[in-house]
Parts: sequence; C-alpha cells; structure tokens
Amino acid sequence: MTFFIEVVITGLLGGLMYSTVGLGFVLIFKASGIFNFAQPVMVLFAAMFIAGLNQEFGIPLWQAIPLVALLMIGVAWVIERFVLRPMVNQEPILTFMATIGIFFILLGLAEMFWGSENRTLNVGIPRGPVFIGDILLQSYRVYSSIIGFIVVLLVVLFTQKTKMGRVLRAVADDHQAAQAVGIRLTTVWWVVWSIAGLIAIVAAIIWGGSIGVQPIMVDVAFKAFPVLLLGGLTSIPGVIIAGLIIGAGESVANVYLGPLIGGGIGNWFPYIIAMVFMLYRPQGLFGEKIIERI
Amino acid sequence: MATQETLRVDPDVGEVLLRVENVELAFGGVRALNNVSFSVRRGEIFSIIGPNGAGKSSMLNCINGFYHPKTGSIIYKGNRRSRIRPHRAASQGIARTFQNIALFKGMSVLANIMTGRHLKAESTLVENAFFLGRARREEFDHRKTCEHIIQFLEIQQYRKSIVSTLPYGLQKRVELGRALAAEPELLLLDEPMAGMNLEEKQDMARFILDVNRQKGVTICLIEHDMGVVMDLSDQIVVLDHGGKIGEGTPDEIRINPHVVEAYLGVKQGEEA
Repeated sequence: MTFFIEVVITGLLGGLMYSTVGLGFVLIFKASGIFNFAQPVMVLFAAMFIAGLNQEFGIPLWQAIPLVALLMIGVAWVIERFVLRPMVNQEPILTFMATIGIFFILLGLAEMFWGSENRTLNVGIPRGPVFIGDILLQSYRVYSSIIGFIVVLLVVLFTQKTKMGRVLRAVADDHQAAQAVGIRLTTVWWVVWSIAGLIAIVAAIIWGGSIGVQPIMVDVAFKAFPVLLLGGLTSIPGVIIAGLIIGAGESVANVYLGPLIGGGIGNWFPYIIAMVFMLYRPQGLFGEKIIERI
Repeated sequence: MATQETLRVDPDVGEVLLRVENVELAFGGVRALNNVSFSVRRGEIFSIIGPNGAGKSSMLNCINGFYHPKTGSIIYKGNRRSRIRPHRAASQGIARTFQNIALFKGMSVLANIMTGRHLKAESTLVENAFFLGRARREEFDHRKTCEHIIQFLEIQQYRKSIVSTLPYGLQKRVELGRALAAEPELLLLDEPMAGMNLEEKQDMARFILDVNRQKGVTICLIEHDMGVVMDLSDQIVVLDHGGKIGEGTPDEIRINPHVVEAYLGVKQGEEA
C-alpha cells in the first residue's frame, strides 16, 4: 500500500509539471483563440539557450536565465508582429497551422545556435530521496512541483484577480468588440505570449535538471496535450486538476500495467484517460460549455 | 462645403463633431461606399438609413477604424485622418454597438459593462498585477459608474447573468451599456432595435433619447424601422448602393423623391 501511494504521489508531482506547460497553452488560447502548437518547443528553445549560454560562453545561470527571459519576450514580439497580426480575423485553423511553422522554426533556430548535443542544466534544486512518514519520494520532484505550483498560482492571481483577466477574456470572446472598447489586441497578445515564454523557461529549468536538455524535452512537453483535453482549453483550474489526474494515471499505468502489456504505456495511457472523460464532457472537465443557439 | 447641408437653428446643436468627406471604400471590385460626405453636429441624433447593402455598416466601420477608406477622409473633432486603428478611435471618444451583437458571451452583464471602462483605467499593469492601491480604488470607481449605467438601463436583476443566456433585446441593452461605460462623445449604434418587439423598441428609443438629452452624447445610428428613425433623428442621411441620395431633417427626407423611390417604397412593400 505504501508503494502504491508512492507511485500515485510521484505521479501527482510529475503531473503538476505537465500543468505548467498546459498553462502556457491555456493562456494563449484564452487570449487569442489560438492553439499554440509551438508551446512545447518553446520549452526546449529556452532550455537550449540557457544551457548554451551557460556552457559555451560561461555566463552564470543567474545571468543567463534573465537574458533568456528577455529573449522569450523578444520572440513573443516577433511572433505577434509577423505571425499573429496579419492573421487577425482569419480562420483559427490558419493560425494553428502557422504555429506549427513556429514550432519548426524555433526548433531549427535553437539547433542552429547550439547544435544538437545534449547538455545538462542544474540550478541547484536539491536531489536525493526524502521520506515523508513512510513514503519515499524524490526531493527533486517535490521541489520542482512546488515551483510549478507557485507559477500556476501567480498566473491564476494575475488572470483572475486583476483587470488583465477581464481583458484576456474579452479579447478571447470577440476581437472586434474588444477593439471597439479600446483594447489593443497587439499589446495583449504580446503580453500573453511573453508570459507563455516565461512559463516555458520555468518548465525548461525543471525538466532540464531531471532529463537533461535534449530534443526529447519536446515529447515530454507534449504530455500537456492530454492534460488540455481533460482539463478544457480555457480553464486554468482545469489544467491543474487534469495535470494531477494525468500524472497519477500515467504513473500508475507505468508501474502496474506496464509489465503486463509492455513498456511505453505511460506515453499513451493519458490520452485514454482524457478521451474517456471526453465521452461525457467533450469540453473537458472545466472547459466552458459552448451554447450555440440554433 | 460642397454638399447641400441644411443649417439648423436648434440651439442645442453645436459645431461639427464628425465630418465624413468624399469617402470611398471598395472590397475587391465591389464599391461599398462611393464619394459619401456628411457632417454630424455635436449633440444631435444623426441617422444613416438606406436599403440592405447600401453601405451603412461600412460607413460606421470607417468611422471607428475597422475599415480604412480608399480615398476621402474623416474629420473628427477637427482632426483629419484617413487611417485610424479602432482602439485609437475608442480612446478619442468613439464608442459603438454592432449589428449582430458583439458581447463577450461568456462574461456576466456587469463584467461586459466593466470592459467598457477599459480606457478609463490609469493604473499600470504592474499595479494591477499586485492589486495595489490605485488599481483597487479604480476598480471600485469603475464599479460604481457601471452600477449607474445598469440602473439607467433597468437591468439590475440581470447584473450577474451570463449574457449569452439573456434574451436578444436585453443583450442589445447590455451592449449599449458597455458603450456608455466608455463615456463616449460620439456613440455609433448599428441597428440598435433590430429584432426587437414593439415594447423593447420603445424602451430602447427612450434610452437613446435619454443618453442624448441627459448625457449630451452625440449619436450616429443605423436603423431600419422608419417610424423610429423619423421620431428620433435630428438629421438623416440616406445611402443607396454606396452613394448618398438624400440628406436632411426627417420632414425633408419624407418628401425627398429619390428617397421615397429607393427606400421608402421598397420598405413599405416589405412591411405590408
């Protein structure tokens, strides 16, 4: 029983990390109605620049991280100016396709600058086992999920408790009406993509420390997909709850079902969970119910 | 001025607030507006009428910056401009409603009206992020203004309702409320009474008149209901196929042969 609890808690902690990536998706989707396919690669992009600046140029991490933060804000500006702005009032699917383009461009740029070798990224989050009662956990997981949780909390406060939240919802609901009340779409998008970039940095640092900086980071970040399906594309609380469910589900499946049906089940079992939920709630656990008048 | 403007002697009506000058607008090969000119004076209710496809909504879209005229210009508060972005137009005091209600569907009535206060906020993003003093105080003041508007429009009991759940007539009212929250100088109303029953229309007409008389807001509206237009308007301009075919007071429009032919005749037939 203790072992089972360990498996579940380890999964829950990992799940919070999926939530942080999912949060980037949700923010952008809420503010622009765009599903940003490039979000996972933003994690790798940030990680490669931080590790690269650190190891190739000897820039200490505490300087490299703010530098990359500025870079992500710059990237957000470029994306807004040259990809999103011309797409205003176009079909969402076109913008979605454009974000697939951004995915490969960012990936290419990162590899152009830093090559494809694997690097390490260690900001000094404590490692080693830690006992909570009888339960054995990895302290790295505990600390990183606390960081992830704080990030989520900050974003929640920012979008729910400030005027910005209302502006985001307004922009997401109706571009034209938002402009008519004086909201600058371009600024809002820049802010939101910047925040998504900063969230990607947090994910980059945490995963960089556990799996290293390498292309597989993108695959891990894609774990945010079932989280989004389950939580709903528009709900921040949904992304947290769904992250926990997916994380625990993945972990349990890996340990208990993996030996029976072969490895790798953790990769696709989360989608099964998400899709079973979707049978009953197509909009996700907390997604906004879409009421169309016919 | 080249056009035959009738100068009115109404003391409430002041200088020209908005002048549209030789505006042309085309979509591909289709001419939406063809050399249209008119003036809206401060304090008046100005109506743009015309059959479907006459270019009325296009005209409003030019005024608030959704469309940019190909040639010609728009002079607002003495400033000539050919291109303006919608949020700039809003910050200069132009608010509007839309033909097909453009509310923020998932938000409550109050939240929708609060978004109208967007430009009235002075606190910075950072202050907002931490909900510091000024941001908090502002939010409180905005809330008070919006409550007044809600009272004015008699929608108190729907304050917390999600707008997409409200009947059409009420949504139109909320949209008016959101525009009023910006405390505009010029209010553009695109078919404020479309799809309403008689009672709702009467309410809306009363609100429009009150906004104009009590708050002194200049109103430029598009409406199909001729009875309403004739009752409310100080001045009317008539468009047909993108061109101006008449201009004047309701009494003048009623007897203008071009208008009767192009618009009233058709309209009467439709309504029979």
